[in-house]
Amino acid sequence: MAFEIGNPGLATTVQDQGRAGHYNVGIPQSGSMDQYSAELGNALVGNTAREAVLECTYLGPVLTTDSDAVIVVTGAPVEVKVNGEPRPQWSRLPLKAGDQLSFGVIQGGTRYYIAVQGGIDVPEVLGSRSTYSLGGIGGFKGRKLEAGDVVPVGTPLNGGQLPQAETVPEEFRPVYAKEQEVRIVLGLYDHRLTEEGLGSLLNEEWKVTPVADRMGLRYSGPGVKWREREQPFGAGSDPSNIVDAGYAVGSIQIPGGTQPIILHRDAVSGGGYAMVGTVISADMDLVARAAPGTATRFVAVSLADALDARREMAGRRDKAWAALGANR
Amino acid sequence: MTTETAVLPGARYTWGGDEFLFVEVSEAMSLPANFKVMSIAGRLSESRFPGIVDICPANASLLVRFDPDVLPPEQLESAVRDIERDLMNHQERALETRIVEVPVWYEDPFTAEVAQRFREGFHQEPEGSDIDYAAKVNHLKDAAEFIQRHHEQPWLVSMVGFVAGLPFLFQLVDRDKQLEVPKYLSPRTDTPKLTVGHGGCFGCIYSVRGAGGYQMFGVAAAPIFDPGQALADFKDFMVFFRPGDIVKFKPVTEAEYNAIQAEISAGTFRYRQAPVTFELSKALADPEGYNRELMEALNGI
Repeated sequence: MAFEIGNPGLATTVQDQGRAGHYNVGIPQSGSMDQYSAELGNALVGNTAREAVLECTYLGPVLTTDSDAVIVVTGAPVEVKVNGEPRPQWSRLPLKAGDQLSFGVIQGGTRYYIAVQGGIDVPEVLGSRSTYSLGGIGGFKGRKLEAGDVVPVGTPLNGGQLPQAETVPEEFRPVYAKEQEVRIVLGLYDHRLTEEGLGSLLNEEWKVTPVADRMGLRYSGPGVKWREREQPFGAGSDPSNIVDAGYAVGSIQIPGGTQPIILHRDAVSGGGYAMVGTVISADMDLVARAAPGTATRFVAVSLADALDARREMAGRRDKAWAALGANR
Repeated sequence: MTTETAVLPGARYTWGGDEFLFVEVSEAMSLPANFKVMSIAGRLSESRFPGIVDICPANASLLVRFDPDVLPPEQLESAVRDIERDLMNHQERALETRIVEVPVWYEDPFTAEVAQRFREGFHQEPEGSDIDYAAKVNHLKDAAEFIQRHHEQPWLVSMVGFVAGLPFLFQLVDRDKQLEVPKYLSPRTDTPKLTVGHGGCFGCIYSVRGAGGYQMFGVAAAPIFDPGQALADFKDFMVFFRPGDIVKFKPVTEAEYNAIQAEISAGTFRYRQAPVTFELSKALADPEGYNRELMEALNGI
């Protein structure tokens, strides 16, 4: 069973929960940018959270299924069409062999997900099916989809058993707002900012620029000031430079004090720009949903708060699975 | 390095959100700092603590990713602090590693072509080549002398990362002999695969084609990242370099470069390499004398 790709869309890739354990040699975790939306898609088609999905960016693909299939589209709001007819998002859709899936214009956010019963069945590379395009590994031949690709779909799990619910209830769907509050834990090199610079980071509004992809999102705003100093040996000449170090996923660097960059799931694993804090794990999906222009405030929280938020998010996911009558 | 000692103050511990611990061993780059980073990383890795996801040693700092649902942050921090304390109280342990000969075609046409596309507004001296500029800022006679300095003494892989399999390299010489070259004024959007680059005090080999800001001196003749794992050196893993590897560059001509390409196509290419034990105190006491000893391991391989 397979999907035949007619038009690949802007950047459609195979993703799953990601590839842990190889960041030490520069291979990033990858995986669905909005893990929550991808996971609920899997839940609704009777998969576990581990199955691979198709991640669509702004412009989705046009694809045809060669067999009967069960799918759902979750994530950013978009018009879903089967053989040209509108179909609801966040709802399970049965497809017949030969049916064509396509999309209208995205209404907000950045990425939506096609989950299919049985999951996208490309081979695992280093324990994951996620695409890491820069390294050319994982996913479908290590790259985004192209016209003519035939993407394999796996066999249904648990004898094809589906959860009771056919739709993800409204209360469990993410909100796609034009304003966001993103919680961060200050640290790493925040002491290198002036007091005024730190104030700008936390008190001013920052806007997501169009320079935003799976590697990271760049924000425009008033800029920040770095403390002047005699630079340590090997660190480079700008006060925002450090001796090249590992970059936490979610960490915020501000090269030259101008535009903050939040690194996301295809992050470069290290480099020579000082980081001033890190987005908490519970808010990484939120950041992934931010479209260019999203007005953003960074709110500093403690590590204890971050851990509370993480537990709260895990609880929310558990509740969603339970509400669908799905088995994790 | 004669003015440096192996004694460093205690590391700085800080959090990268709720999944990362960052341990800054030193603000400045030095061999002792890198050695301490690798020692902590090695010990932490041996500890096999449940809940540790990634241990990423870098030039003068260490990044540890952990799962806070399994390993509470304070437990991880105290474990790393214990390791650090223990290392300070004991004699250094030698690093069991290897020395690898990396053939390089210096002043090759591939990097020259890309450099031509990124001059005005990108480079400090758009009219000359990257090597000419590097020679000048290091007060060397010409490109040939720079190349000589670049390959005659070996380098330590002080970090692997940025992108898949890219080694950062720190030359094993006294600080006053370290080659230092500013990065491009603005990063390029293109760098040929296997470019031998340099930025600040660090050398590197670009594992994949893509953006980059380091000066470009040549191109390494053989792969260092091979997702298809076709060559014998990649049988176990698609990434060739590990932190702690010692690299000896070897200049090759166009003809030698082409011969290596043929070996790669035939699947017969292997890096010349030999196991060595690296001792920090010896490297600090007499770097060039110790380097001669290390490089002897490659004789007859």
